[in-house]
Amino acid sequence: MITQTTLTQRIAKYEKRYDVIVVGAGHAGCEAALAAARMGCETLVVTINLDTIAKMSCNPAIGGLAKGHLVKEIDALGGEMAKNIDKTGIQFRRLNTKKGPAVRASRAQADKKAYQDEMKRVLETQERLDIKQVLVEELLVEDGRCLGILSQTKTAYLAETVILTTGTFLKGLIHIGDISYSAGRAGESAAEKLSESFLSLGFEIGRLKTGTPPRVNAHTVDFSVMDIQPGDEDPGPFSFSTERITQPQLPCYLTHTNEKTHQLIRENLHRSAMYSGRIVGIGPRYCPSIEDKVVRFAEKTAHQVFVEPEGRNTDEIYLNGISASLPEDVQVAMVHSISGLENAEIMRFGYAVEYDFAPATQLKPTLETKQVENLYFAGQLNGTTGYEEAAAQGLMAGINAALKVQRKEPFVLDRAQAYIAVLIDDLVSRDIREPYRMFTSRAEYRLTLREDNADLRLTELGRQIGLVDDGAYRRFQTKAAQIQSERARLQQTVLKPTPERLSSAVLANILETGQLKQPTSLAELLKRPALRYEQIARLAPPQDALPPAVKEQVEIQIKYHGYIQRQQRQIQQFKKLENFPIPEAFDYADVPGLKIEAREKLARIRPASIGQASRLPGVSPADISILTVMLHQQKRNV
Amino acid sequence: MGFDDTIAAIATPRGEGGIGIVRVSGSRAIDIACQVFRSPRGVSPAELPTHTLTYGHVVSLLPAGDIAGDRPPRYEKKTDSQPRHYEQIDEVLLGVMRAPKTYTAEDIVEFNCHGGIVPLTAVLEVVVKAGARLAEPGEFTKRAFLNGRLDLAQAEAVAELIGSKTELSRKIALNALEGKLSENVNHLSDRVAGLLAEIEASIDFPEEELDFMKVEMQHQTAHTIQADLTRLLETAEEGRLIKEGINVAILGKPNVGKSSLLNALVQRERAIVTDIPGTTRDTIEETILLMLQEPTAIGRKNVTDEEDVIFCNDTKSLGGIPMNLIDTAGIRQTADIVEQEGVQRSKAVLDKAEFLLLMFDASQPLAEADVELLQTANSHQAILILNKTDLPIVTRPEALREFCPEKRVVQTAIPEGNGLDALKAAIREALLGDAFVMGDSPIVTNARHQDALRRANQGLNDAIESLANAMPPELVAVDLHISLDALGDIVGKTTTEDILDRIFSQFCIGK
Repeated sequence: MITQTTLTQRIAKYEKRYDVIVVGAGHAGCEAALAAARMGCETLVVTINLDTIAKMSCNPAIGGLAKGHLVKEIDALGGEMAKNIDKTGIQFRRLNTKKGPAVRASRAQADKKAYQDEMKRVLETQERLDIKQVLVEELLVEDGRCLGILSQTKTAYLAETVILTTGTFLKGLIHIGDISYSAGRAGESAAEKLSESFLSLGFEIGRLKTGTPPRVNAHTVDFSVMDIQPGDEDPGPFSFSTERITQPQLPCYLTHTNEKTHQLIRENLHRSAMYSGRIVGIGPRYCPSIEDKVVRFAEKTAHQVFVEPEGRNTDEIYLNGISASLPEDVQVAMVHSISGLENAEIMRFGYAVEYDFAPATQLKPTLETKQVENLYFAGQLNGTTGYEEAAAQGLMAGINAALKVQRKEPFVLDRAQAYIAVLIDDLVSRDIREPYRMFTSRAEYRLTLREDNADLRLTELGRQIGLVDDGAYRRFQTKAAQIQSERARLQQTVLKPTPERLSSAVLANILETGQLKQPTSLAELLKRPALRYEQIARLAPPQDALPPAVKEQVEIQIKYHGYIQRQQRQIQQFKKLENFPIPEAFDYADVPGLKIEAREKLARIRPASIGQASRLPGVSPADISILTVMLHQQKRNV
Repeated sequence: MGFDDTIAAIATPRGEGGIGIVRVSGSRAIDIACQVFRSPRGVSPAELPTHTLTYGHVVSLLPAGDIAGDRPPRYEKKTDSQPRHYEQIDEVLLGVMRAPKTYTAEDIVEFNCHGGIVPLTAVLEVVVKAGARLAEPGEFTKRAFLNGRLDLAQAEAVAELIGSKTELSRKIALNALEGKLSENVNHLSDRVAGLLAEIEASIDFPEEELDFMKVEMQHQTAHTIQADLTRLLETAEEGRLIKEGINVAILGKPNVGKSSLLNALVQRERAIVTDIPGTTRDTIEETILLMLQEPTAIGRKNVTDEEDVIFCNDTKSLGGIPMNLIDTAGIRQTADIVEQEGVQRSKAVLDKAEFLLLMFDASQPLAEADVELLQTANSHQAILILNKTDLPIVTRPEALREFCPEKRVVQTAIPEGNGLDALKAAIREALLGDAFVMGDSPIVTNARHQDALRRANQGLNDAIESLANAMPPELVAVDLHISLDALGDIVGKTTTEDILDRIFSQFCIGK
């Protein structure tokens, strides 16, 4: 049993008192610290090692389906991730360009080191933000409130709020073959003492697993036999503030495993940490190890291996797709069995890492813990994977910690507003079985939650909480105004089916998609599936040339108007339940007629609104009806 | 707090007297009445003053050219340019009550129909087709409360009632799951989810080298699913399912008390629904709805109005089992005819019956006919009733158990009403227990099922259209989600997590 250190004990207190302390400087920690400082809070961010700020422990990429959405939302709210990848990306691609606008997404390969350095510089130059290399041993908690942290060297740092973003460092355990050792990341020690302090506070803990593949030296790779995957010719930035991506792009390559690889893995399966039963944590199904792929999809004769550079100034190459916990000799043989990698020299071996996470059902939608006031959790600690998921939570935790310090209303988004909200609502409402990753299919209102309109959805809100700077806000206002006036113009400009006009050459193409029987507005015309904005605009160009983002937005808003309207109606229904709060101290034991399962679930999770309650597994519509009636009744009584 | 949609339900306890009420509440209530109600004088419900009753018919619009069954259409509007044909559903008194002085403080229309589940269900179906949504358990009351029409104590009572109801429906839902319909719907839902998983996977994992289903194939798959869904919907529309209940035969030698039992059951349940002539002259069939819980247990609180609501919702959520009671009165009356004929007749009854109530006289020793009955019992679902226990007892339960050790024996004295509750409890247990698999799901639920199936069908239709127009996959997914959600109203929701499960088990995904 660990004894809790109290402030009445004679311990050294750091001279400065902070508003917000962030423990950990990964992707969650950086966003949390920047948000708090930018909102006016005296902020301290501490990390075990200052050289690993914003480190990309796994793949060297940011974005992708649903993740790109998160990054753009972070940007719209005034976060840093998008700007940082725009500055340090080495390859930019838009995915799903042939599908509809809601599921198009951005992804960039990052220069890992440059990404870290750039983020560190941003933190260093941020006003009101101190950065310290400190190993935290204990959370200082008295009377159910968090008061600060205690360092390994027994200095107490005091703050009004503390945000914990410790990633995989709580009881981190690395596995390679039959070797296991304690570590947060390969080569970095886990936070053992903090893990114990954490447990002693009574938080429920679960165990998860993730893995990473071997990395090789580019000089030993034969790229000539692989498929080259170049970036987009016209690379699109993540940040709404970035005008364009100017840096040169590097290609990635694609190769495949083969039967020989699979045979090798099958023969050595008993030596894999995962398959020898050494690992108890649950791994992500969407990011399976190569062992898993070979076992579960035995009929597949080849799996993709994406060969991705880790940066401009390094020859280290990330072999995306063959994450493994096999012993080192097997990893060498496995890599050598792959076309183009026959002579590849492994620089870092792949490994699996198990770590403790704190099921986020212990959190409020603000990410503050229900148990300890003024303490917030964000990032992988909450059971997520992915830099983007972590950053999104970090940003929201930072915002809410700052608002709490400022005695202001919390900032909670709903599922119809942002992927960020889908993420957090899922985390705080549902029991996580595997590391949580965002997918577009998790969003009920996917058509509304697009990358392209993240700024339209969130910039105004970011501005209100004080995170969106003047420049970004002005740009946003201009864009919004341009979209509105161009939409109005297209609606008001009418094309009449007069003979002389119909003979025009520009019109010929348009009429191929259907004859014009009556006067038709350009907006109406744009709704035809085969027609694009550019074609329509040629009939009657706007006075001033419009930026591509504006044209894109006008086209989407008009083309998908019907679908978007339909979704808006669903959203209105949804908001009714969502805006129906349940008091924090509500006693479910007093509600007659609730099913036992529902009662237990509600009492444990304590949902913040009827909406959240309705999404808890095991709570039926009838339970919700009863609850609604009871709440109305209480309101009336007050 | 206003509500957007209009809800409908049967609002009278089943079988109470000759009149049943279908209640419709919400902003579109009067509009719906205009669609489905025709008065001989051609008065539109929209013109009727509030709180009045008007005579007329509930009709269902038939496709043009389709002439309704046996009667020519009567109330055609002369002004209509195209002749429209209506099928008369029931003769009714229409009550119109305008907001706010109504039970729910919304516009309410009530159709006072002929009692009995079949006509009531038919009227309810027409109303739902016209745009009402079936009310959730307790929803009228909820609206009444939220619109400020109920006080605290009443609301509390309602919360309790809904609560007890929930457990009940859950139990029954499990039972219904064994039914054919659920099996069918589960299968359909499974296929829609499979198609959706394909589409979702292609959206979320564009870089994987996966064999996603081609659009043509998606289109074809959606078509096949829709064809099956349509077929299912048609059988539901025919009402074939609705008419089926459980055939229960009461057998026993003359004078053992079969008819008194029948009458007692019918009377006590206050639920004679219909008087269908038997297939043979001398067999009387009655359909009663056996309540799953005694009305007292469901709650006869002092909230008179609510009671209706609870009852109607009870019906909706499979709260009762329709039992077609076959009283083999004929055997008794023709005791003097040759034995052969009697045997044949009881055999016919046995063939038809799915559940037997076998009656024995406790005041007399077991006769040969009784022993034959007992032997029959072993090959059937049955309960043994030892009647006339108020008289000096000659035959004891043990005597019956000698022949049928597995069967439940209930002792009764019917005219005194002794043992009747125990008997009903035993029947409920036997029907709801694992041993007995119900055929198709009971009556009124089907209106809800139909409503859900119709929405599922619409979703699939939209998806097929979107696929044909080469719309992007995320738009097709919207339609399929709607379809899946509707099917989920019958068999339970398919969650995002379920779809992801499918994706990950179907495809090797991930870098």
